[in-house]
Amino acid sequence: MGFAKEARVKLRDTQLRANLHKATHTIRDKRARVVAEVPDWEELREAGRAIKAETMARLPELLEKFEAAATRAGAQVHWARDAAEACSIVAGLIDSDEVVKVKSMATQEIGLNEALEAQGIRAIETDLAELIVQLAGDKPSHILVPAIHYNRGQIRDLFNDSIASGLSDEPAELAGAARTHLRQQFLSTRVGISGANFAIAETGTLVVVESEGNGRMCLTLPDTLISIVGIEKLLPRFSDLGVFLRLLPRSSTGERMNPYTSMWTGVTPGDGPQTVHVVLVDNGRTNVLRDPVGRQALHCIRCSACLNVCPVYERVGGHAYEHTYPGPIGAILAPQLTGKHTSLPFASTLCGACYEVCPVKINIPEVLVHLRQPAILERPAMNTLAGVMARPRLYAASLRFARRMASLIKLRRMPWPLSKWTVSRDLPRPERETFRDWWTRTR
Amino acid sequence: MPVGLFITCVNDLMYPRTGRAVVSILERLGVEVDFPLAQTCCGQMHTNSGYAGHRLTAHFGDVFGSYEAVVAPSGSCVAHLRSHYAHVYELSEFLVDVLGVDDVGGVFPHRVTYHPTCHGLRMLGLGDKPLRLLRNVKGIELVPLRGATECCGFGGTFALKNSEVSTAMLADKCAAVLATEAEYVAAADNSCLTHIGGGLSRIGGPRAIHYAEILAGA
Repeated sequence: MGFAKEARVKLRDTQLRANLHKATHTIRDKRARVVAEVPDWEELREAGRAIKAETMARLPELLEKFEAAATRAGAQVHWARDAAEACSIVAGLIDSDEVVKVKSMATQEIGLNEALEAQGIRAIETDLAELIVQLAGDKPSHILVPAIHYNRGQIRDLFNDSIASGLSDEPAELAGAARTHLRQQFLSTRVGISGANFAIAETGTLVVVESEGNGRMCLTLPDTLISIVGIEKLLPRFSDLGVFLRLLPRSSTGERMNPYTSMWTGVTPGDGPQTVHVVLVDNGRTNVLRDPVGRQALHCIRCSACLNVCPVYERVGGHAYEHTYPGPIGAILAPQLTGKHTSLPFASTLCGACYEVCPVKINIPEVLVHLRQPAILERPAMNTLAGVMARPRLYAASLRFARRMASLIKLRRMPWPLSKWTVSRDLPRPERETFRDWWTRTR
Repeated sequence: MPVGLFITCVNDLMYPRTGRAVVSILERLGVEVDFPLAQTCCGQMHTNSGYAGHRLTAHFGDVFGSYEAVVAPSGSCVAHLRSHYAHVYELSEFLVDVLGVDDVGGVFPHRVTYHPTCHGLRMLGLGDKPLRLLRNVKGIELVPLRGATECCGFGGTFALKNSEVSTAMLADKCAAVLATEAEYVAAADNSCLTHIGGGLSRIGGPRAIHYAEILAGA
C-alpha cells in the first residue's frame, strides 16, 4: 500500500494541510466563477473530448504528419521510446554547460534535470514556482502550481537563504527577487528547453501556454531551442486550438484568457532560435493507448482542475502519489504509464468531483475502477461474499446469522481489519430483525 | 402493477427502519409495494473494489426485470444500477419525477442539515430533489451545511484501505455538521451515514438519519 503509507506521513504535517486547503480552495472557487460565465461550457468540453478522441484514434498518422510539417519548417524531429532515450537525445544536442527551462511536465516525467546534471549541464528552472522547488532541492507537488505546498513565509525564508536578503513575505517583493535573479540567465544562456501544451499535426507548430512571460523569454532569446513533447500532445488541425485555448486557462488558473501563449513553427530566419529540435516521447504512452477504457487518460491537457477539487489531494498533497503526475489524473496515468503505482487507483472515494470539472471529460472514476487490481489477500473473502450474495437463500440465512453475530460488535474497538474503521468511527448496532424478516412477518 | 422495492443489502441488515419508512411513504401515497425476497446485493462494492460484480448485477436483473419501476433508498446503489437498468429510481426521483409529488405529508419537528452524497449528486444528478421533499415536511427546520458537496470520505473500501485520509475528510465533514447545531444530519445513503454518524457519535454530535425516515415521520 504505497499511497496509504505516504499519505499517513503527509497527514501529520498540519502546515502542509493548511497550505493545501487554502490554495486548492482559492483556485477551485476562481475556476468555478469563470467557468460559470461561459454559456456553452458543456459544448466546449464535448468538443475538447471529441478532438482528443480523434487524435488518439489517428495518432500514428498524425505523428508522421507533424514530423513532416515541422521538418519542412526547419525543425529537427527526434523520436524517443522512453525516458532514458529522451534524456540521452537531449543531452547530445546541448553544447553548453547551462540551459534555461520553461516549466514542463514531460521533462519532470523523464527526469531530465537530473540526467543533464550527471552530464555536467545545469538546468535552470525559470517558472517562479519551479524555481522555488529547485532552490529548495524539493520536488513539485502539483501539475500547475509546483510549490503549492509552500506558503509565503516559507518562500521568503528560502529566497533570503539563496538568491536575496532582507525580503518580506509580500508576493510582489518575492517575485521581484526572482525576476532579478532570472533576468541575467535569460540574457546569457544560449540553449532553451521547453515542453509543449499542444503540437499541431497539420502545421508542425508547437504551443506553450504560460502566465509569467518566462516561457516567452526561454522560447525566443536562446540560439537553440529543444522541446520535449509527449506524443499525446498532438491536435489534428490548427483550428482545434480555439477550443483548447478557451478550455485550458479557465480550468487551470481560473483566468479568462491565457497571458502568454507562444507558438512557433520550425525556424524563422533571423528571428528567435535558429536551431530548433523537437523530441517526441512515448515513455509508456502507446501501452496506454492499447487500453480502450484507460486511454482517455491520454486526453489530459494538464490543467490541474481535478487536483484542485479532489478531497484526497487536498488532504495529502502531491508527494504522497510518488509520481510526476499527482492527484486524480496521476492516479490513472501513473499506473498505466509505468505498470507500477498499483495503490494509486485506490486513492479515491470515487466522489466524481474530478470528472465534473475535467475540461475534456475524462471519466476518471471509471478508469480508477477499471485499474483497481484487488489485493491477493482479500480475494478469498470478497469472492466468498459474492458467492453468497448471488444465492438468495444462502444470502438470507447469512443476513440472519450476521444479525445474531452483531451482538458481539464492540462499537468502539474492533480487531483488524475492522480496527481500520473503529479507529475514528463507532459501529452501528443493527436492529432486532432484518428488513426481510419484518416484511415476511408483517405481510 | 406494484413497484419493486430494492432495499439494498446494507439497509436490509443494518437499517431496516429506512426500508420500513420507504414502504410507509409509498403506501401513504397509494403506491402498491412489492418486496421480492430473492433480491440480494447490486454488486457495486465488488465492481468498485476491482472484482467482477456483474454476476450480482445480473442477479438484480433476474429479480427486478419484470417490474415497471423499482425504488431504492440509496443514491449510490441506484447510480451503479442505472447504467444497466433504466427503470430503477432513487426514492426522491420516484416521488418527484414519476409520481410528481414533492409533499409526502411528513412531520418532523427538528433542526436538520442535509449532506448530498456524491454518487447521488454527481452520478445520478439528484439535484435538490431530496431537499424539495424535506422542505415540505411539517415542523422541520432545515439548515445549510458548509461545504455540503464535498465528499465525507467514506468511499466504500476506501474507508478501510485509506483509513487515515478517510478520517481526515470525515473530521472536516463532522466539523461542518457540528457548526450547523442541527439535531440530525440527513442523507440519501446509509453507507455514507454510517461513516458520518460513526464519527459524530465519537464527539457527541447530531444523529445521522436517512431522509426517508424524516419524510415518513408522522
